Amino acid sequence: MREWGDEGMGGWGEIRILTAFAFLTLPTFLTLPTFLTLPTFLTLPMAPISSPKIPWAERLAPRRWLGPVVMLGPAGVWLLLLLVLPTLLILEISLVPGLRLGQPSGGYGLGNYLQILQPVYLRVIGRSLSFAVGSTLLCLVLGFPVAYWLALMSPQRWRNLLLVGFILPLWTSSLLRAYAWTAILRPSGVLNTIFTAVGLPAQAWLNTPTAVFIGLTYSFLPYMVLILYASLEKLDTRLLEAAADLGATPFQGFWKITIPQVLPGIAAGSLLVFISTLGDFVVPTLLGGASSMNISRLIYNQFLGPTRAWGFGSALSMLLILAVSLSIALLLRYGDKSTVTEPS
Amino acid sequence: MPAARPVTWPSLFSALMYAFMYFPIIVLGVYSFNDSRYSASWEGFSLRWYKSLFSDRRLLSALQDSLTIAIVAVSISAVLGTLMAVGLARYRFRGRGLYRGVSYLPLIVPDIAIAVATLVFLASVAIPLSLGTIIAAHMVFCLAYIAVVVSSRLQQLDPNLEEAALDLGATPTQALLKVLIPQLAPGIIAGCLLAFVLSMDDLLISSFTAGGGANPLPIEIFSRVRTGVKPDINALSVVLILGSALLAGLAEYVRYWGDRRQRQAQ
Repeated sequence: MREWGDEGMGGWGEIRILTAFAFLTLPTFLTLPTFLTLPTFLTLPMAPISSPKIPWAERLAPRRWLGPVVMLGPAGVWLLLLLVLPTLLILEISLVPGLRLGQPSGGYGLGNYLQILQPVYLRVIGRSLSFAVGSTLLCLVLGFPVAYWLALMSPQRWRNLLLVGFILPLWTSSLLRAYAWTAILRPSGVLNTIFTAVGLPAQAWLNTPTAVFIGLTYSFLPYMVLILYASLEKLDTRLLEAAADLGATPFQGFWKITIPQVLPGIAAGSLLVFISTLGDFVVPTLLGGASSMNISRLIYNQFLGPTRAWGFGSALSMLLILAVSLSIALLLRYGDKSTVTEPS
Repeated sequence: MPAARPVTWPSLFSALMYAFMYFPIIVLGVYSFNDSRYSASWEGFSLRWYKSLFSDRRLLSALQDSLTIAIVAVSISAVLGTLMAVGLARYRFRGRGLYRGVSYLPLIVPDIAIAVATLVFLASVAIPLSLGTIIAAHMVFCLAYIAVVVSSRLQQLDPNLEEAALDLGATPTQALLKVLIPQLAPGIIAGCLLAFVLSMDDLLISSFTAGGGANPLPIEIFSRVRTGVKPDINALSVVLILGSALLAGLAEYVRYWGDRRQRQAQ
C-alpha cells in the first residue's frame, strides 16, 4: 500500500484543498455573492496531473481507505459521541431504579418503567397521544383541501409562489408563533374581542387542551400541506378522466382514484405530524398551562425541574423514542401495502 | 375533472387557511406598535417597544449568543455534512446502512430525547456546560439536516460528470472540489439555511446544554413569555420575522438558481 504524498504533491495538496474548502464554505450561507465566486476560487493552481492514462478507478484504489475516512470519519465520530453513545447511556440509566442526581444508585431493574404505569403518568401519556392524534387529524382535514387546491386547481403561473407562501411561516420561530397564540387566545385577547364584537360568547381557551390543539395544528399544518402537495402533484389525472368517461361521479372518482393514489402521501404526512406533536414541548407549555402536562414536559421536569429523577426521566425518554420508532415501523409496513394496492 | 373555475369551495377554504397561517403573525406585528402595555385594546401608535428592545442589553446579548451558536455550528456542519452525504453516496462498505440510519436519527428522534441524552452524556464525562457544549449539540442536528438536503441534490446530479472528470485525469479531490461541489452548491446553501433557522429556533437542546454560561435567545424569550404577554417581545418577533423572511427569500432564490443550473447542465 502506498502512503500519503507518494504522488509528489498529492497528499499535501489534498489536505490543503480540504482546508481551503473548509474556509471557503464558512461564509457561503451568509453572502450569496461570495459563493457565486466559489467555482473561480477553486481553480487555484494545483499540482500538474502526472498520469492521465491510468483509469480513475485504479488511481482511486491505492488510497481506498483515505476517502471514506476523511469524508465519513468526522461526522461519524460526532454522531457516535453526541447521539449514539448518549442514547445508549440513557437506556442504561433508565434501568437503574430511583436514580437521582448526586445519589449513589442501586442495581439494575425495571423500576423506572414500572413507575410509568402509575395512573397519574398513564394519564400524561394518554394526553400526549390524544394531542398527537387529534392535531394530526385536524392537520389532515384542514390541509388536504389546501394541498388539493394548490396541486390541481390553483393558477399554474402562481402555483410555486402560493406553495412557498403557505410554508413561509415555518421560517419564523416556532416559539414566537406559539407565543402569538397566547396573545390571541387569552381572555382579553384578540379572539374574544372579535367574538364579542360579532355577538358570540367569550371563550376561556388559553391554558386548556383546546388551545393546545389549535397551537399544534397551526404549527404543523404547513408540513402536512407540503407532503400532501408533493403527493397530489404526481396524481395521474388521466385516470380520473377515464373514470368520468365511464360514468363515475366526481365523488366516486375522488374516493376510488384520488385517495388511493395519494394514500402514501397521507400516511407520510400524518406520521410526520404525529411524531412531531407527540414530542412537542413549546405549545403545550405556553398554551396548555398546568392542565396540559404531556410526556415531553414530564421529561423536562425530571431533569430541569425540582425532582431530578434522572432514572425515571430516562425511562420516559426511552418510551418516547420507542413510540416514535414504532410509528415509523408501522408506516413502512402500511406504506408498502398502499403502494401495492395502487390501481393498475 | 377539476376545471379551474374562478371560485370553488377549495379555493375559498384555502384562502381561509392562508388567513389562519398569517393571522398570528399579523397580530404580533400590529400589537408591537400598540402603546398599551397590556396590549388588549389599541391605545395608539408607538415605537416605544422597539426603543426598549434595542436598549435591552440582556436580550441583545442573548441574540448575540444565538447567532454565535448558529453560525459556528452551521459552518462546521456544512463541511462535515456535505462530506458525509458525498461519502455515503460514493462508497460502499460494511455498516453503511447503519451509518445512514444513524444520520437520520436527529430528524426523527424528538428534541427532548436528544436534549436529555446529551445532558446525561456531558454530565457523565464531566464536561462543564457552556456555549461550546451548545454548539457541539447543535452540530448533531445541523449535520443531519444539511446531509439530507445535500443528498437529495446529489441524487438529481449526473454521476457521469464526476467520472468524466476522473477519466480526464482529475484526482478524486479535484473532481470533488471542481465538479461535484459547485454542482452541489445550491443544496449546501439550502441545507445551511435550514440548519441555521433550526439552530436559532432551538429551545430544548439549548436549555439542556447551556448551563449558566450561555443564554441563547429562545431560552431568554421562553423565560419571559411564560408569564404572559410582553410587548417588547412583540417588537422582537417582528424583527426576527423580518430576518426569517429575508432568509426564506434567499433560500427560494437559491432553489430557483439551483433548478436553473440543473436545467442548463442537461
